[in-house]
Amino acid sequence: MNVASASRVPFEPWNDPQAKPYIRIVNVTKTFGDFVAVDNMSLDIYQREFFSLLGPSGCGKTTLLRMLAGFERPTSGRIELDGVDMSAVPPYERPVNMMFQSYALFPHMTVEENIAFGLRQDGVPKDERARRVDEMLGLVQLTKFAKRKPHQLSGGQRQRVALARSLVKKPKMLLLDEPLGALDKKLREQTQFELMNIQEQVGITFVIVTHDQEEAMTVSSRIAVMNHGRIAQVATPTEIYEYPNSRYVAEFIGDVNVLEGRLTEVAADHVVITSTEADTHIYVDRGTSAASGSTVWVAVRPEKIDVALTPPEQPDYNCIKGTVWDIGYLGNLTIYHVKLENGKRVTAAVANRRRLRDKPITWNDEVYLTWAPDSAVVLVS
Amino acid sequence: MSANDSPDRPAAALITHDKGDFLESLDAGLRRRGLGFAAPVIVWFFSLFSGRGAVIAVPYVFLLAFFLIPFFIVLKISFAETALAIPPYTGLIEMVDDGFEYYLTLKLNLANYLTIFTEDTYVRAYLNSAKIAAISTALCLAIGFPMAYAMARASESIRPTLLMLVILPFWTSFLIRVYAWIVILKTEGGLLNTFLISIGLISPDNPLRILNTEWAMYIGIVYSYLPFMVLPLYANLERMDLTLLEAAADLGCRPIKAFWVVTVPLAIPGIIAGCFLVFIPAVGEYVIPELMSGDNVRVIGRKLFTDFASERNWPLAAAVSVVLLMILIIPIMLFQRQQAKLQEAGR
Repeated sequence: MNVASASRVPFEPWNDPQAKPYIRIVNVTKTFGDFVAVDNMSLDIYQREFFSLLGPSGCGKTTLLRMLAGFERPTSGRIELDGVDMSAVPPYERPVNMMFQSYALFPHMTVEENIAFGLRQDGVPKDERARRVDEMLGLVQLTKFAKRKPHQLSGGQRQRVALARSLVKKPKMLLLDEPLGALDKKLREQTQFELMNIQEQVGITFVIVTHDQEEAMTVSSRIAVMNHGRIAQVATPTEIYEYPNSRYVAEFIGDVNVLEGRLTEVAADHVVITSTEADTHIYVDRGTSAASGSTVWVAVRPEKIDVALTPPEQPDYNCIKGTVWDIGYLGNLTIYHVKLENGKRVTAAVANRRRLRDKPITWNDEVYLTWAPDSAVVLVS
Repeated sequence: MSANDSPDRPAAALITHDKGDFLESLDAGLRRRGLGFAAPVIVWFFSLFSGRGAVIAVPYVFLLAFFLIPFFIVLKISFAETALAIPPYTGLIEMVDDGFEYYLTLKLNLANYLTIFTEDTYVRAYLNSAKIAAISTALCLAIGFPMAYAMARASESIRPTLLMLVILPFWTSFLIRVYAWIVILKTEGGLLNTFLISIGLISPDNPLRILNTEWAMYIGIVYSYLPFMVLPLYANLERMDLTLLEAAADLGCRPIKAFWVVTVPLAIPGIIAGCFLVFIPAVGEYVIPELMSGDNVRVIGRKLFTDFASERNWPLAAAVSVVLLMILIIPIMLFQRQQAKLQEAGR
């Protein structure tokens, strides 16, 4: 596929000061009575992005999506699409389509009629309509099911009909509300990649709402992590995972050990934190905005921690001693829950690269947990 | 049941389980005694008294007692002849004993049916009834759909109240409600006329003449049967997934058009159910035309009553009602098929 080679060029319009945002959400607030669903939010999304709104339920992500679709009007603020203010445009006049969480397929219409519905509303002539419906059926591999009614399809097939129906009008932006939520795990993983391929093929900007962080990590060009109607962080999946900007983001995405400590040494290229909680000094090879002496948190991902039965050469920094409290064997990984002397638990995940270890680590062993200076992140909030 | 029985076994399960054992042993016992040929029937008979059998049997027993037996009695009378007797008709089966021969005769009198199909007044009465029922059904749909729609889209907290308001008239006797309409529509001193005269909209010399016209009958029928239209429509519209309308809007469909291309097609099962529930009883309606429409409206219900009560021609009246039933069975069967199809579609 020639798309694959094109995608090797880094796609990062958000780092390009020349690039114009395609969708601009400017100071948008939405309240329902006393409840603030979206709180003064500003966000830029670029053309061809696969943008995720990620957060727990009730964080305002669906409300934001519904405002983009036009089903809700912002209480204040502006939503611009391709330079046009959309705030007052009703949903049936927006060049935006949505794929609903429940799919919302019309039960009295066949697959074909469902997909053709949008084109029919626009008065697309019959021949062209048939051609574009066929094209979509091919794209989602449902050509054989064109004459079926939605209740005669499996969940995965319905999901693909919903996708085809929302893509057929070639919208400027496609909104997806938990698109894979109703599928089982295996099918969901497979569909994630299909969705990415389709997005690259059609070149439409996708905005997806999800509460599944793995899904967001897999499909997105960027992720906005949301909390209580506000954006906690907007960044690429890698940045979100490796450099979360707060304990909330670090804990929401993946597993993490958070160690509380005090900054004792602050330099441009490194910092040292003294943690009484972990009873060690932590050396991080990255600067921070916080002042020396302030309380900070250090986040270390479990897979970045090494577990050893013997002490390292340099036991003063980035080294915690504890006893193995519990072991979880996952096949590819082994998870060690290590209990420190003061009772705090730290989790380490070790890849099982060899089938058998020379000397396996087992329950109640005294172990040393170590990590590299570039593995930890200092969080100030 | 003794306390020693395992306490985690629900009583109901125990009963059906024991019955099942009983039926099995009965079956085996019959077969042992060489009665295997009769076993299915006997086991079926006893299964009627087991929990599940009894539940299934209830509607059949009901149907047998209150529909099939009365129907066959009416059918029987329809083939009889009038007689000066009590009851006023002849028997169908007669014993003949003239000294030489000794036999039973079965005499089916078809003259009643012949009368119905050849005499103009009957044919016209049937057609007129069907026409009145059809117009009433259409009027009920035209009024009932907006009502049901408004109810189904009202806020969830007031929906039970609205539903109650639709059902409430049933708490008053049907006849009283019809008489109430007579009081409202009366030409001389009727509530409607009094009101219109008092606000000066019409002159006292020229009051509205509604009662004893077809109009009054339609008002009566539509009023009486409207709930039968509203309730199935409401049940249907209330269940509708409103995200479908959002999906339609999202795909460029204006709300008014979405009503016609999404809401109405999805409401068709409710529309059909409501129409049958109004049409079927409206065809045989007797009370409302009798009380409200004056003498000029000929419907089959009134014809039937005259034959039965004034003419004391029970066989003819019975034939009229058998034919009426046959006419109604067609839409009833269509209705049943529609219901079955819906169940098959699983929605």
